[in-house]
Amino acid sequence: MKTTLIFRLLPPIVLIAGLTACGPIEPWVKPYERDRLADPIMSLDPDPVSTAYTHHVFEAREGARGGEGSAGGGCGCN
Amino acid sequence: MKYRRAGIVASILLLATAGPATGDVLPDDRADILYHLYDGGGVTIEGPSILVRKKAGKSVSFVANYYVDMISSASIDVVTTASPYTEEREQMSIGMDYLRGNTVMSISVTNSEESDFTSDSYSFSVSQGMFGDLTTLTLAYSLSNDEVRRSDDDTFVRDADRQFYSVGLTQIVTRNLIMGLNVETITDEGFLNNPYRTVRYVDSSNPIGYSYEAELYPNTRTSTAVGIRARYYLPYRAAIQGEYRFFTDTWGILSHTGAISYTHPWGAWTFTGKYRHYTQGQADFYSDLFPRSEATNFRGRDKELSKFVSQNFRLQASYGFLQDGWGFVDRGTVNLIYDQLLIDYDNFRDLTTGALVGEEPAYRLDAGFYQVFVSFWF
Repeated sequence: MKTTLIFRLLPPIVLIAGLTACGPIEPWVKPYERDRLADPIMSLDPDPVSTAYTHHVFEAREGARGGEGSAGGGCGCN
Repeated sequence: MKYRRAGIVASILLLATAGPATGDVLPDDRADILYHLYDGGGVTIEGPSILVRKKAGKSVSFVANYYVDMISSASIDVVTTASPYTEEREQMSIGMDYLRGNTVMSISVTNSEESDFTSDSYSFSVSQGMFGDLTTLTLAYSLSNDEVRRSDDDTFVRDADRQFYSVGLTQIVTRNLIMGLNVETITDEGFLNNPYRTVRYVDSSNPIGYSYEAELYPNTRTSTAVGIRARYYLPYRAAIQGEYRFFTDTWGILSHTGAISYTHPWGAWTFTGKYRHYTQGQADFYSDLFPRSEATNFRGRDKELSKFVSQNFRLQASYGFLQDGWGFVDRGTVNLIYDQLLIDYDNFRDLTTGALVGEEPAYRLDAGFYQVFVSFWF
């Protein structure tokens, strides 16, 4: 009986949890708190031409390739 | 040929990394003029790379890159099995980014030409900013079509196709910490080995004890790489970054890459030091010395497929100028980068020593590469 109840409650619990997860998420780092992340020294890839050349040097001499990241860095603020 | 293909992978990365920092901002207008020089293991490679990126209106940005490798090679492979050569690779890429709401869509095409190799690639990516721009998700797909030829045989023409699938995630974690996660799968199909390279096998009929025959690679390869990066702002205005990448493929190569870097600004100068450590296991069909001719279905003796440890030490100095602008230029930097690369091969032997067959010492590569470049933002 207990098991049946759990199985009956499970779908709505999962549904509610899912919908909650899709709801608006409040940014926990506010735009006015991103001054340090906006500093050029915090860029994950400040020099794309140099990065591409460096990866080229390694990829030509190593078996591995890719996964070095294409997403940029920076503050995420307009 | 391996060197050439690596150029295509890197060029696809270039237009991707030259792309948006976040899902809802177009990258800055900039121009970069770079000269690169690699010197080590009997190989010298130099040339320019020029990149220009410019917005047209508020929602479109164009980018173009011109890159040249001028290669002069008397490498360990060349001096033991062939003759020194010179070669030039010329690569041109153009791309466009389109901003709509919180989404940036990017397309690019790249052409790479050599006397015996042509590659055309096409890329498409979508970046989406989410959760108040704390998160940027990037999905990318690229297709590359290669034509492999031989300089000594006009009738030799082979094709290879490559597809790249990647998912990138950039996440602001705290006001001092940003992280990036990247997963990339690459599939290859076609003629994947270098048409000039050979394997060696034990041959008692040859006075030196061994002979050479052509390499033979599988016609397919699928690789997966997962990379993670984290950059942290230190309390006294400096940055520290850690990176790790795991790589595996269907040829049996498994590798780990780790790196740590430190960036320290000082007036108009910015200094960066970086250490990178790479370890790799060998491909299933690699051997430095096969027991006989055609000993296995597939065979290769490329040192890039062998087991080795690679270490790289970097020093970079960057000087900012025109910080108050001049004419249409907002600011500029001049940069100097020096890298020292050391590769200790475990089972790729140095045949130039004249030691007994199979007992030659392992080869070691000691190389340096330099980059000098000027960047302008406008």
